[in-house]
Parts: sequence; structure tokens; C-alpha cells
Amino acid sequence: MDTTATPDYILEMRGITKRFPGVLALSDVNLSVRRGEIHAICGENGAGKSTLMKVLSGVYPHGSYEGDIVFEGRTAEFRSTRDSEHVGIVIIHQELALSPFLSIAENIFLGNERAARGVIDWNHTNSEAAKLLARVGLDERPDTKIIDIGVGKQQLVEIAKALSKEVKLLILDEPTAALNDEDSAHLLGLISGLREQGITSIIISHKLNEIESIADTTTIIRDGQTIETLDMRADGVTEERIIRGMVGRSLDNRFPEHTPTIGDEVLRIEDWTVHHPLDQARKVVDGASLNVRRGEIVGIAGLMGAGRTELAMSLFGRSYGSHISGRVYKDGKEIHPTNVGAAIDAGLAYATEDRKHYGLNLIATIRDNISGAAIHKVSKRGVIDRNEELKVAERFRKDLGIRTPTVEALVGKLSGGNQQKVVLSKWIFSDPDVLILDEPTRGIDVGAKYEIYTIINRLADAGKGVIVISSELPELLGICDRIYTLSQGRITGEVAREEATQERLMHYMTMEKDVTRR
Amino acid sequence: MSTDTNLAPAMPPGEQARIPLSQRLAGLGGNARQYGIFAALVAIVILFQGLTDGRLLKPDNVVSLFQQNAYVMVLAIGMVMVIVAGHIDLSVGSVVAFVGGVVAVTITDWGLPWWVAVLIGVALGAVVGAWQGFWIAYIGIPAFIVTLAGMLIFRGLALVVVSQTIRVNDDSFNSIVSGSLPNFLGFSGDMDVVTLVIGALAFAAFAFSQFRARVQLRKHDLHVEAVGLFVAKLVGIALALGFLSVLLSLSAGGMPIILVIVGVLIVAYTFLMGRTVFGRHIYAVGGNRPAASLSGVRTKRVDFMIFVNIGALAGVAAIITTARGGAAVAAAGQSFELDAIAACFIGGAAVTGGIGRISGAIVGALIMGVLNMGLSIMSVDPSWQQAIKGLVLLFAVAFDLINKRRAGTSG
Repeated sequence: MDTTATPDYILEMRGITKRFPGVLALSDVNLSVRRGEIHAICGENGAGKSTLMKVLSGVYPHGSYEGDIVFEGRTAEFRSTRDSEHVGIVIIHQELALSPFLSIAENIFLGNERAARGVIDWNHTNSEAAKLLARVGLDERPDTKIIDIGVGKQQLVEIAKALSKEVKLLILDEPTAALNDEDSAHLLGLISGLREQGITSIIISHKLNEIESIADTTTIIRDGQTIETLDMRADGVTEERIIRGMVGRSLDNRFPEHTPTIGDEVLRIEDWTVHHPLDQARKVVDGASLNVRRGEIVGIAGLMGAGRTELAMSLFGRSYGSHISGRVYKDGKEIHPTNVGAAIDAGLAYATEDRKHYGLNLIATIRDNISGAAIHKVSKRGVIDRNEELKVAERFRKDLGIRTPTVEALVGKLSGGNQQKVVLSKWIFSDPDVLILDEPTRGIDVGAKYEIYTIINRLADAGKGVIVISSELPELLGICDRIYTLSQGRITGEVAREEATQERLMHYMTMEKDVTRR
Repeated sequence: MSTDTNLAPAMPPGEQARIPLSQRLAGLGGNARQYGIFAALVAIVILFQGLTDGRLLKPDNVVSLFQQNAYVMVLAIGMVMVIVAGHIDLSVGSVVAFVGGVVAVTITDWGLPWWVAVLIGVALGAVVGAWQGFWIAYIGIPAFIVTLAGMLIFRGLALVVVSQTIRVNDDSFNSIVSGSLPNFLGFSGDMDVVTLVIGALAFAAFAFSQFRARVQLRKHDLHVEAVGLFVAKLVGIALALGFLSVLLSLSAGGMPIILVIVGVLIVAYTFLMGRTVFGRHIYAVGGNRPAASLSGVRTKRVDFMIFVNIGALAGVAAIITTARGGAAVAAAGQSFELDAIAACFIGGAAVTGGIGRISGAIVGALIMGVLNMGLSIMSVDPSWQQAIKGLVLLFAVAFDLINKRRAGTSG
């Protein structure tokens, strides 16, 4: 066996470059992981962490990227995740890949069944599963169905599944994002325990305090490039130090100039609490209070899983969550938008982060979609005035610059930027007083982003209150007059435009519950 | 076997006509498919006209074509709405048998006037639809399961109501299908003038609505069909309607009442689906249910209403079926649901919902009807007729899918 090259490292990724059409996702990334350590990878949403892990695990096969992967001293050319698993690299994705109606044991050995000539040996399966469950500290019978155990335990089943494949390098993508504190602590303890057993882990996490407590080394990725690798056991490596690495970039003029004219308060929510729809003990939004004034663009910053979308959707006619409590005031009067229709009538609008699945009817025309949320405005006694509807669609096409030969074209054929303009048209046409825009520029090219920002500014100038939810801090800093930060369902900070910096926001965004209470 | 070989080379002319047409009309969205399906119907009619030595389009055969297929057209109207919303209804055949039985009982056993029986039939259908709609919309059971249960439930109830054949000896009731409009305008040659006038009015109404739509598009600088195409369309429709009117006017009775009823339903439901908020909501729900819900559409109510609606239409189909047979039998409506579903898919409805038109479903029903009648006139074994209809359904949908893939609209 040739292990002479770099015996110290179990994995080296050298000069990894990955291109998607029109996008350079990774540019000359280097990553070196020592045998037996816990190596954290940090970066903002969209920095390229997940892409890098997909390259490593063979989701993007050898040949679709540039650069070398050296695993255990040998150059690896994975064509699929099967190849990478074969040598002992297992990735556990954020969305767990378990089959809900199969048992724990069946899931552990899925695709790797304990069988003789195609016939499953159940005794062998269950007894081995029981041993693996003991190793991960999960006290459940192997024949329990996945659907009957919580997310935290499911995460442990994933790890047991990885162990069954004789894992050498375990990759965990945001393993604690969906877990409560207790489950998180158990999971982190388990990962430390695996280190004692000689298993190397790569952990991707937004929770910097977790990284600080368990990681041996941290690599920071920003804009598809490796920024630095920090030795966590050295002195002086704090959360602030990591944050500085994660955000350090300057703002240029990617944003239109805008001077706000701010009026009276148009929306205020107080003590808004939302529980998870299934796990009702878990608070997804926890006592959030915020307000928006007319003409103001208010940002909500938060990392993945902080509860941003959940806050917005629960507010918008209780489209998300259970056991929702708190008060909503519109122009000083309390309102009770308990369904989407009532929310629209109350003057709220919500443009979803997921245009294709929740925002648009892709197989209908631009005209259909634009009038979709306020069809009553172009109809009399239930009959649509198509003349009027066309006029409206045409007006928005010209106003917002939707590039299409005709408003009778199908929305599915438009580019991302133009689809987003259709979404905005739909909500502007419903004539709301408050617009909540969730990731309004996700998946849109830079030019179209500028146009979207211009539209947002015009909406504010028309006296509407605008709430922008975004993962991109530069975007929030560029367009918002005031920014709230959200962490684990709590509002952890409120920063005016003049005082906002990425470091400051990131500090609040990564603030843990305990810190908030202090 | 001879039909197989006859049919195989015969399909392509109609089908081939669809390819260049749909490509030329690519900018028109759904319209191209509509023209394609019309072309396929015309091709099939011409084919069978040849194969039957001209017997297919004999005036009395044309009348019975409509009388025989009225129930499919009525059910297809309801079914296409259900399919557009992303559901399915397997129960309509059984509902037809059950409601038909009750209608026969109200006339024959209870001696109520025929028009009361008609009202009871439609209302009972709507109640059945409300029952199924409740489980689907508000309890959240998939429509496939609820209506599969309904298929068993209402077939069973039909057997209870109609333990033996119930004759209906009410001429007014039976003339709903067999009767014709009274000829109060006399004859022109051998032609019934009432029929010709109705044909002319239908064309005038169609031409007027087309002109109006065109003028509106112009006014907003929107893309309109090329003038040549527009004129060709009008001429085509004029020829088709004129031809049909003349044929019907030469039939023994003139204008069949059932065609008037079906025609009114087609116009009303085309308006409902194309021009009303309710129709728009059906397309929105079928196209993207979560997005519709987040736009304030009350999706559950839409689901409920379309099932009430197809229930009522199944009531209408039950009246038609009972009147046509002059009796109610427990086995009535066998496989009607499959005829209606096939008509919708031949007519271009999408299995995944969101796409489908009343006109498409009607043309789909007519294609099946013409196949039925043509093959019957040719005395093809009914078993082969089944098989041939199955193949037509398969090929029509496959053709649509391949065409769409080529145009790059799917996936």
C-alpha cells in the first residue's frame, strides 16, 4: 500500500474548480483533512460548501470538475457516490435520506442488505443493526419504523448506516440544523466519540459555537474559494475570527441609489411564536417582535434554519406552523389573518423563496399568473373581464420590464429573473400595504438583480412597507433601511443601515439562545 | 384482423397533420393542440366515411351518433374539470346507474311528472357529488380511492333500487334523447329549416366571439393569428357547421333535442372554464396547488365544487341513459367512467393536472364515438372494437407527449 505521500492527511483536495453554466461555483479550492480529526467547513449560504462536498462524494463525477482528490494517499476518481462509499467516504445530507415506512434496520442496510442469494437474513440484519444502534447510543428497537422516531434519532440512524459501511471519513452537512438543544448535544458528543474510534469527520455548520467546541481545524470558504484554514486548538481563534473570514468582502455599486421617505408604522408584530407543524414541542419562531414603517425596506437576516421563511409564512395567513400565538397590528389596529385570503384582504403579500414550487403556475400564462392573487379586481360577479386582465398584464410587462414576446407565453419558459418579475407583478397587483419578499433575488443573474432592487425601491417610495428576507448579507446591507437578525427563531438584533456591517450582523445571526438570555 | 391493417396506415394522415401545424402555431400555447385534435377528428371521419362506403355520414347515422354519445360528452365535461384540478372520478358509471334507477322509480312507481324526475335526478347527482367531494376536499382522501369506493357503493345502491328492469313509459321523458325540435318553419327542399337556422346562428355566434377576441388582442398590440389562418379557421368552421346542419336537416326528425342540450352545456361550461373566476381557480389548483393556496385560492372549496358538479352532470347522463333505453337497469353505465376519462386524455388533458379543455374533451368523445359507430357499421367484432379504442387512446397520449417533448415544453 502506498501511503508514503502524506501520511498525516487522510484527505487532500487540490485545486478543485467546478463550473456550472455561467457560474464558477468553486475556484481552486484546497482542503486538507488530517486523519482522526474533526474538520469544520464554514462559509455563508452559497459560498460553495455543499458543492465541494458533492465533488468529494462523487455526486459530481470525476471529469466534471478540475483538480485532484487524494484519499488515503491514492488519487481518487469517483464516478458516483457508490465509488466514494466503497473507499469509506460517507456523506449525510441535511435532508435525511431515510425511507420513512421501513424499519431502522432496513434503512441501515438499504442497498447493502444482509442477504444470501437475494433472500434477506432478518436475524443477521436485526442483530447487526442492534449493535450499530448501541454504538451510536440510540435506544430503539431495530424494527421500529423511521416515521415513528424524531429527527434527532433519525440523524443517529444515518450515522449508524454510515458505520455499517465501514466509514473512514464521515461528512455531516448541517447535522444540527433541525435538532433541538438536547439532541444537538448528544449528536456532537457522538461525533467526538467517533473521533476516539479513529473516524475522521468533516462537519459543515452555521453554528459557530458548536464548531468552536468540537472542531480541531476549520476551513473557511467564501465565494467558491478557500480563504484560510484555522487551527482551532491554537489561541485566539474565536467566533469573531471565523466570522471575519466568512464575510470579509466589500460592497460595490451593485445596488441602486435610494433615499427613503419613511412614514408611519404600517405593520407591527408582537411576541410572535410558531411551533413546528409536526414536532409541536419545538419553537420555530420564538417570541419575535418587529415593525415596519411606510416607505421603509426592512431586512431579515438569518442563517439557514433560523426561522425566516417560517416567520413570514406563519404571518401570511398561517400558511406554516402550529400553535401560533402573538399579535399583529396593521396601521395600529390589530388584525387576525388566519387564512391567506384574509391576509391578502388585510393588505399583506408574501412572495415565496421557492418560485417554482410555491409561487407560480408554470404551465399557465404570464397573464394568468399576474392576475392570480387578485382576480376579483378584473372580474365582475365571478366573470373575468379578459380585456381588463390583458391591460393589467400588459401594464406590468412594460412597467417591470418582463422580457417576453407576449403575456400569453407560459411562465415556465421565462428566465429566473423574468419569473421573479411575474411574481412581483402578481403581488403588486394585489395592492398590498406590506410586501414580504423571501429571497427575492435567489437564482437570478446580477443584471436582473439590479432591476429587482429598483422595483423594491419603487414599492417603498409608493408608501408600502417592504420586508426583505435574504441569505446574502451584502444584499441586505445594500438595499435595507433597517435589518433584524434572526437566530434559532429569536430576533437577536436590530441594526440601522448606518450601523450595519456584515461582521455585526453575522455576530447576531450566530448568537445562541444562552447568549441571548444573558 | 382487417381492421387492424386498415387502421394502422390510416392514423398517420391525421397525426401527421398535427406536427407541422403545431410547430407553426407554437406561439399560441394550447391552441395548437386544439387544432391538432380537430384535425384528427376530421381525418377519422373521412377515413370511416371511406371505409363504410359513405354510410357513416348518412343523416340518420349522424343523429344516432349524437344520441349514442351524448352521455360521454356530458360526463367528459365534468371529468375534464376534475382532471384539470388534478383528480380523477371513477364512480360516474355507477352513479349513472343509481340515479337512473331513482329517476325511473319517480316516474314509473311514484307517477311524478317527467320534469320533476329530471330535477330530482340532477339534484341527487349533485348530492352524491357532495358526498364524495366532502371526503376528498375536507378529509383529504385521494379522489382515486373515494371514487373507487363510490363506484362500489353506488353500483350496490343501483342494484338495491333497480332489482329488476324498470320500464319508463313516458314519451315526453324518452323524447329527451329520441326526439327532435318541432319543425315550425317548414322545409326547404328536403331540409328542415329549423336545423339550418340553428346551424347559421351557431356559426354567427362563433364568428362574432372570434372577431371580438381578435379586435381586443389588436387593441392591446398583442400577437394575433395570421389573417390567413384566421380566415381559414372561420371557413373551416363554417364548412363543418354547414355540413353538419345540412346532414341533420335531412334526417328523419331534424334537429335532435339532445344535441341542443349538449350544445348548451358545452357553451356554458366553456364559458365557465375560460371566463370565470371559478374556472380560473380550477386551472390554478391543478397547475400548482401550493402556489394557488398561497395566492388566496380556497383550494378545498374548489375541489369540493368540482365533485358536486361532476355529480350533477352524472345525474344528467343518468337521465339521458334512462331516456335512451326507455328503462332503468342496474347494469347501466358500465365503464362510462373509462369512456369519459379516455375522451379527456385524447382531448389533450394532462394526467398531472392543470391542462385540459372542454372542447378537447368533447372532440375526444366524438373521436371515440365515430370509431364506435364506424367499426359497428363495418360489423367489426365488438371485442376488436374495444382493443382498437384502447390503442387509439394510447397513441393519442403518446403522440401528445412526444410532440410536447420535441417542442421542449415539458421537463
